Amino acid sequence: MDFNLDMNLNDQYGKNKKATFDKETLYDMLIIGSGPAGLSAALYAKRKGLKVGVLSNKVGGQVVDTTSVENYLGFDFVTGEGLVEKFMHHVQTLDVPMLKDADVKSFEKTESGFEVALSRGEIIKSKTLILATGSKPRRLGVKGEDAFIGRGVAYCAICDGPLFEGRDVVVAGGGNSAVEAAIDLSKIANSVTLVHRSEFRADQIIIDQLKRLSNVTIHLQTEIQEVFGDGLVSGVKVLDKATGETRELKIEGLFVEIGYLPNNQLVIDQLDLNNRGEIIVNALNETSMKGVFAAGDVTDTPYKQIIVAASEGAKAALTANDYINRG
Amino acid sequence: MALLNEQLQGQLKEVFSSMKNEITLAVFTKEGDCYSCEETIAFMKEIETLSDKISLETYDLEKDSERASEYNVVMAPSIVLLDSDKKYRGVKFNGIPAGHEINSFIPGILEVSGAGEALPEDLLMQVNALSKPVNIKVFVTLSCPHCAGAVQKAHKLAFESALIDAEMVEAQTFDELSNKFNVSSVPKIVINDQYEFVGNQPLEIFLEEIAKTQ
Repeated sequence: MDFNLDMNLNDQYGKNKKATFDKETLYDMLIIGSGPAGLSAALYAKRKGLKVGVLSNKVGGQVVDTTSVENYLGFDFVTGEGLVEKFMHHVQTLDVPMLKDADVKSFEKTESGFEVALSRGEIIKSKTLILATGSKPRRLGVKGEDAFIGRGVAYCAICDGPLFEGRDVVVAGGGNSAVEAAIDLSKIANSVTLVHRSEFRADQIIIDQLKRLSNVTIHLQTEIQEVFGDGLVSGVKVLDKATGETRELKIEGLFVEIGYLPNNQLVIDQLDLNNRGEIIVNALNETSMKGVFAAGDVTDTPYKQIIVAASEGAKAALTANDYINRG
Repeated sequence: MALLNEQLQGQLKEVFSSMKNEITLAVFTKEGDCYSCEETIAFMKEIETLSDKISLETYDLEKDSERASEYNVVMAPSIVLLDSDKKYRGVKFNGIPAGHEINSFIPGILEVSGAGEALPEDLLMQVNALSKPVNIKVFVTLSCPHCAGAVQKAHKLAFESALIDAEMVEAQTFDELSNKFNVSSVPKIVINDQYEFVGNQPLEIFLEEIAKTQ
């Protein structure tokens, strides 16, 4: 039996309670988001001596939903959650205030910097902002998908996998997330069929691992066209692009792992975005608005990787520090 | 063999040192076919040793049926947390709170001990305005990292209101119940067996759904 204790529980209660937000203070830097980019920015900013705070609505961001991380330098294997715990611990040794379950509604430019409004009506003031709001799972956008969310269509394999014990499932996607989900699910499900519309994008090392599994079938160049069922998912309709044939796969679960969409709701009318909706940043992580910097999956920086997000967060904090010092 | 290793025991002791008042773990099991009943008792016994503010009482779902109905316990294993006056505050766990659910179980203990933070004023007003009983079921799996957050929120609301009864339901242990509510994504929150949503949503969403029952 496993116990995955959150090492930061101690900070939530009693005498070990950490720094809290002060609504009267003008912060040097507010970081929106607490994934690798946000936490790394917090670390760099605090070490520079800045008055910094983090607004978080999901500590650790999407990394938490990852079973295993095997490509973060220094860790040959760590769970997503384990890595986040280390990040959080590191940041909290510096006593950075963090507001959890903070839902940022909007921000406004003022004379002294920015006013950030939370959905509960609170306002927090800061000279600079770092947007590290990350991304969310992309949907397939096919008929039936929305109707069956939570009824067989799932976006978190480690969360929902156990509910499909002994059943037949499909994983949609061909990147690392999809292949990892398929490997995980193969241990629980009766059978796993990986369906991807083009060729694999995943690392060869895990593709090889996937191919060795006896209850996994792989269909590349195959497109999911429809999810169907009666109350719950009972199958998907797929198109084999090579033969032009459509057929139905009888399955009870569809795990969608086809990449991510930027969480850009906050800035959609305020900052320049690219055609994928990502915030456009330059090499210094500056956005189209002075004093607003961005880092990680929400930006147009290529390769959505944990280590890339962390290093972008560091850069954004350093640039913001220079900006503050220049006055 | 101990379920909790030494390191974990040490960490938990430290967390429990923040407890304010005493609490009681009332654990219901049943004879015969009871998935994880034995482990749950063993787990709770170990938890009891980690703080002198925690005491354990064990009951049988059938033999102690009166006690069970007092706390609305209908499944086993089920863990009910009682405050220092041995009062049920609506904080309940159905199935073993192992895996990631330790992160809702430990905060549950702290909450019932009185060490939790107060709800924001506006939310507390909504909770106080309730006039009819509310049951919140939070379906979880033990491998789900953000399910514990949803359970914590439900328990927080229950602790603040005598009308709210909030229970974690481990979906694999109670698969019949999970199937009844078509649980295929977790956390799935079901209110008064009628209104439902999926995901670790903000407290505001919990209260919006709860308002529908009033």
